[in-house]
Amino acid sequence: MTGKASFVYSDALLNYHFHSEHPFNQKRVLLTKDLLEAANVLHERDIIKPRLATDDELALFHDRAYIEALKKASIGQLNETEGLEYGLGTEDTPLFSGMHEASAYLVGASLTAVDSVLNGESDHALNLGGGLHHGFNRRAAGFCIYNDGAVAIKYIRENYDLKVLYVDTDAHHGDGVQWAFYDDPNVCTFSIHETGRYLFPGTGNVNERGIKAGHGYSFNLPIDAFTEDESFISVYENAFRKITEFFKPDVIVTQNGADAHCYDPLTHLCASMETYEKIPLLAHELAHKYCNGKWIALGGGGYDIWRVVPRAWAQIWNVMKTGEPANGNLPPSWLKKWEGESPVTIPSLWHDTSDVVPNIPRKEDINEKNEKALQSLLKYTKKVM
Amino acid sequence: MLVEEVMKTDVITLPPHASISNAVELLQKHRIRHIPIVNEDFSIVGIVSDRDLRDASPSVFHGDSSNDSALQNEIKSIMSHPVVTIHPLDFVEEIARIFYDEEFAALPVVKNNILVGIVTEKDMLYTLIQLTGTNVQGSHIEVKVPHQPGIFPEVTSIIGKRKANIISVMVYPFKDDPNYKVLVFRIQTMNPLPVIQDLRNAGYELMWPNNIAEPKI
Repeated sequence: MTGKASFVYSDALLNYHFHSEHPFNQKRVLLTKDLLEAANVLHERDIIKPRLATDDELALFHDRAYIEALKKASIGQLNETEGLEYGLGTEDTPLFSGMHEASAYLVGASLTAVDSVLNGESDHALNLGGGLHHGFNRRAAGFCIYNDGAVAIKYIRENYDLKVLYVDTDAHHGDGVQWAFYDDPNVCTFSIHETGRYLFPGTGNVNERGIKAGHGYSFNLPIDAFTEDESFISVYENAFRKITEFFKPDVIVTQNGADAHCYDPLTHLCASMETYEKIPLLAHELAHKYCNGKWIALGGGGYDIWRVVPRAWAQIWNVMKTGEPANGNLPPSWLKKWEGESPVTIPSLWHDTSDVVPNIPRKEDINEKNEKALQSLLKYTKKVM
Repeated sequence: MLVEEVMKTDVITLPPHASISNAVELLQKHRIRHIPIVNEDFSIVGIVSDRDLRDASPSVFHGDSSNDSALQNEIKSIMSHPVVTIHPLDFVEEIARIFYDEEFAALPVVKNNILVGIVTEKDMLYTLIQLTGTNVQGSHIEVKVPHQPGIFPEVTSIIGKRKANIISVMVYPFKDDPNYKVLVFRIQTMNPLPVIQDLRNAGYELMWPNNIAEPKI
């Protein structure tokens, strides 16, 4: 059940960098690539170079005025008031030199992944630089400037006319992509995330189900703070299978934020690496079952860049390439190369040991609540009469 | 917030001599649940609710009801009156009390004896959603503070120093303890960590789930 996989990468993807104190750090992409090369599963022939998205491509989803504002911001010519109107220059999305081009490269990388899969050059493609799901059509938000996922899906609709299932496993709700296709019955969005009661962006309730012709094609599975692997995997697998069976997509696009791990500083979820092994396995299986293998995977959030993200993201590629997640020891050469720079001790195994996840006293209540959310979501995957 | 900011002004009304069937049609067509009954000068003389109309309608078990003569009676025969009304300059907080105490689901807004709007329970709930700020992207933080003067500006200045934009603020009682309050903030950022850390450093206790020091143990 394995197919040809492509890894989209160039150093240009690392230029999306707000400042050294900012939690969003694209070094994660480099660390992951390096880990895969050290593990001898990623080779030069697997890598395809991303292109820069054109203005017309960005405008498939973004407002032209917003694109122009970003170009001005890129060269320091956007004034503060105008910037704030577009969500630019805030603590979350501060201005940086060359930000338009850096962001357009991430979008271009997702389009490169799309073309590679839909032109038949590969079955699966991975752009870890993308997955910026909070971007709106004329506003930056939540560390996201251009929404590469939304642009890529518009691009698929425009150029290939395929039915797209978007699956978002970031711990934050995939709001930007959801609202972009809220009225579109040809794009089904499914986001599993920590409930918005406490966590940004606050949306993603199970009753957000789409409007007009798109009614019934938005799925949200808000799970409780401190959810662990067992419950995450159980509700996620159940929902993903039922939604795919219901929607019968032609292609699956996944957003792979790696911030539901118990080490992640920005969220309250408590997953371990087990969840990040299951996520790509399931996407891979369902892509082969329903979409002839067509699967495009993007990156996303993930703020423990040393202990969590490289391992979690590398498993996506391992599954794409070999059909299985890796296990056992991480390559010693990789650990040796980076351990000096890491402020924390990097785990030496692919899998997490059982002492990683703390004891959560309300585990049973949390699991029950998640199960309720799942049952509520599943109502819309069933025929009523 | 004033009633005039939340009321609907395109009110569907009927004269007292209209038929009950006419009112039933209007409820269905406009998907509303209350119809104020007004005179020619738009002064309010009564109100009918969907429940009044249901009570006046023949049972579905009685077969074809389209010719039922009861529905041809005048609406004034079943309307409620006198009507409790509110003014555009009333506070939303005040009229919430009327909704709660009287168990009404809609209140007509009257100015100079003329009907100018209507506020429903649904409008009230939407106002609540806006007050809580949950309709805007943001992160949620709850801080337990001593119930004493000067605390609020102290806490907000900590948030302000991090240039975090506050979307909404609420003050809750802390369980049954009158010596404490809970301040609830929604701030417009995906990264509330610096603010949380500053609040902790200043000695404030945060409420679940941010009351647990990193990592999440």
